[in-house]
Amino acid sequence: MQKSLLIDPEKCTSCLQCELACSFEHEGVFNPAKSRIKVFEFEHGRRAIPYTCTQCEEAWCLHACPVEAITINPATGAKEVNDNTCVGCKVCTIACPFGTVNYNADSGKVAKCDLCGGDPQCAEACPTGAITYVDANWTGYDRMLESAVRAHPAA
Amino acid sequence: MSWQRKILRVDLTKGSSEIEPLNMEWAQQFLGERGLATKYLMESMDPKTDAMDPSNVLIFATGPLTGTMSSTSGRYAVVTKGPLTNAIACSNSGGKFGAELKFAGYDLLIVQGRSPQPVYLHIDNDNVEILPADELWGTTVWHTEEWLKAHHQNPLLKVASIGVAGENGVRFACIVNDLHRAAGRSGVGAVMGSKNLKAVAVHGSVGVGVDDPQRFMQAVKETKALLWDNAGRRELTELGTNAMIDAMQEFGGLPTRNFHEVQFDGYDKIDPDAMTTPNVHGHTNLITNKACFGCTIACGRIAHIDQKHFTIVNRKEYWHASGGLEYETAYAFGPVVGVDDIDALTFAGYLMNEHGMDPISFGGTLAAAMELYETGVITDNDTDGVALNFGSAEALTIMAEKTGKYEGFGQILGLGSKRLCEKYGHPELFMGVKGQEFAGYDSRALQGMGLGYATSNRGACHLKHDTFAEDMEDQTGKGKAVPCKESQDRTAVVDSTGLCLFTTAAWGVEEFQKQIDAACEGDWSVERLAATGERIWNLERQFNLSAGLTKDDDTLPKRLLEVPAPSGTAKGKVNQLDIMLPQYYEARGWTADGVPTRETLQRLNLG
Repeated sequence: MQKSLLIDPEKCTSCLQCELACSFEHEGVFNPAKSRIKVFEFEHGRRAIPYTCTQCEEAWCLHACPVEAITINPATGAKEVNDNTCVGCKVCTIACPFGTVNYNADSGKVAKCDLCGGDPQCAEACPTGAITYVDANWTGYDRMLESAVRAHPAA
Repeated sequence: MSWQRKILRVDLTKGSSEIEPLNMEWAQQFLGERGLATKYLMESMDPKTDAMDPSNVLIFATGPLTGTMSSTSGRYAVVTKGPLTNAIACSNSGGKFGAELKFAGYDLLIVQGRSPQPVYLHIDNDNVEILPADELWGTTVWHTEEWLKAHHQNPLLKVASIGVAGENGVRFACIVNDLHRAAGRSGVGAVMGSKNLKAVAVHGSVGVGVDDPQRFMQAVKETKALLWDNAGRRELTELGTNAMIDAMQEFGGLPTRNFHEVQFDGYDKIDPDAMTTPNVHGHTNLITNKACFGCTIACGRIAHIDQKHFTIVNRKEYWHASGGLEYETAYAFGPVVGVDDIDALTFAGYLMNEHGMDPISFGGTLAAAMELYETGVITDNDTDGVALNFGSAEALTIMAEKTGKYEGFGQILGLGSKRLCEKYGHPELFMGVKGQEFAGYDSRALQGMGLGYATSNRGACHLKHDTFAEDMEDQTGKGKAVPCKESQDRTAVVDSTGLCLFTTAAWGVEEFQKQIDAACEGDWSVERLAATGERIWNLERQFNLSAGLTKDDDTLPKRLLEVPAPSGTAKGKVNQLDIMLPQYYEARGWTADGVPTRETLQRLNLG
């Protein structure tokens, strides 16, 4: 079954454990500046929204890459950057409409979410369930359930 | 690893900065954050220096675990000499600023001297700039943070700054970071203002490592689970710290109207239940909860004020959400001043963060002013025509704003309770220790709390010891000295790791030890950590003794020693400091005058 990261901003407390986990997994040190997932805060912290690559089907990043450094992992569906092939041209960062693939000036390569090969560390680290890793076909399931209950209170 | 092994030292007089290596011998002796900064403070200044003098040293200190994946890894401390107390000041804060300083590559930021013009620091890893702050001086904390992010084109910039209160030397002015977290007590904001330093803005991308990543992550996983499963943690997440107001009301330890009473009839209008119940306009105070960096508890509250409330009905700029009531703010703007208007409390809380002031000290000072007013010592002529009656939401909110802006009677309130009471000839109305106002716990009901207040190195403080269990079980002076001493040492360790005290709801020393030992160079055992805590406590004591404090400063106001509590479980009781203090000095290995003996100092490597 292909799975997808599901973000529920209502549950996010902006603790940044996800950013810590992501940077630790990929860089070996705790460094939110290098995290592929970022949490955005609004209105003095009233709203906090984690955001990262949604592994879209269109894969603009993959198609824009002139050296085919981005490939699809068949097990996870993740679009992964091959560091050995990447030349740091940053065309993918222009192509992605969501800004979720970014250049890392220290390494000279781009970096993006690769779902940690199928065991996303952000979801593992999140204490509140704001980030979960669920069936990609049914990311709306919980909300649909809530709506169903609201529409039929007698149920 | 864990330590960055770098100190950033800034000389504002010269307008220069230098990166120097961390003294690893001191790190091994004092761990980090509170302990390490105290050592650096002792070595950088004469404790007799006036707190507002350029020679006072201001240190922003992270711990070895700050910025790691430990639960609650966002803490940092501001250590200096406090203008409120003329004693050592060690003010702890959360939010995101401390972690960012660590990510920029520094264990400590040490600020010395005084800039001839208002400036701010901009730190981007190794790039350190001292920049003019003329556009910021005279503006609020909230404006400053917004301006700096826009000016440096970095929405992820982390900022610690002061408001007009700190610029003008309000004795309890604080340093606010991330809009509504603060290094709150003892006037550390006034020290920053005395140096003409408006803000510190940091961006870091160096990262923090640990010595043994595998063992560290295993320890993190285990301790995180232990914390998550804990009932005390759950209460903090769901209700925030304000749950304490119901507990203290029931116990009869809730200081009310400048400590005249120990229970407050308006408590249920400002408790967590009130925060989540819609009012007559259908407005609910609490919106959600919030965490500091790395924190898996999230005790912070995000709230908003009823737009129809008198304080903001015509002030759209306060209609947005911001930090909501935590216990000490609720106590200081509620019972101790007799106010039970939840929107007034929340608005006054906003003003504390916007203008950079300690709510505990402001509330305590206003309470004293209210008693002076109600007894006719001061009148409308003194108070800009504002009636300072206990229970007045207008008095609370008008005076909070005046003090924040350093206007009118706000300038007098800005002296803090001790100096205000002395000014009007009634020093006995000051409710605090060493010049610092009490927190929301009455020592006639909680005996060990009284001992902790009296002996805390930074003046009256509820966070530097923990005799809660002993105080609930027995309301005499018996059996409090040793638990007080031991918890003070333990807390000194927690305050030196970079982690939050609230983890102690679930963690004992073993849980800290596991993480420290895996992260830090050296063998860190439980015994070694206990000795480190005791060493830190004694070093702080040495600072204070050198500054001129004596055992006479380890005391409580007459009201708590002689006037019995009028109600609750402690009805008829006073605080038994006279029993506890000598036992405490003995437990500490100090003389009857409260001075560490040579044996004690040698045992701790301090003599």
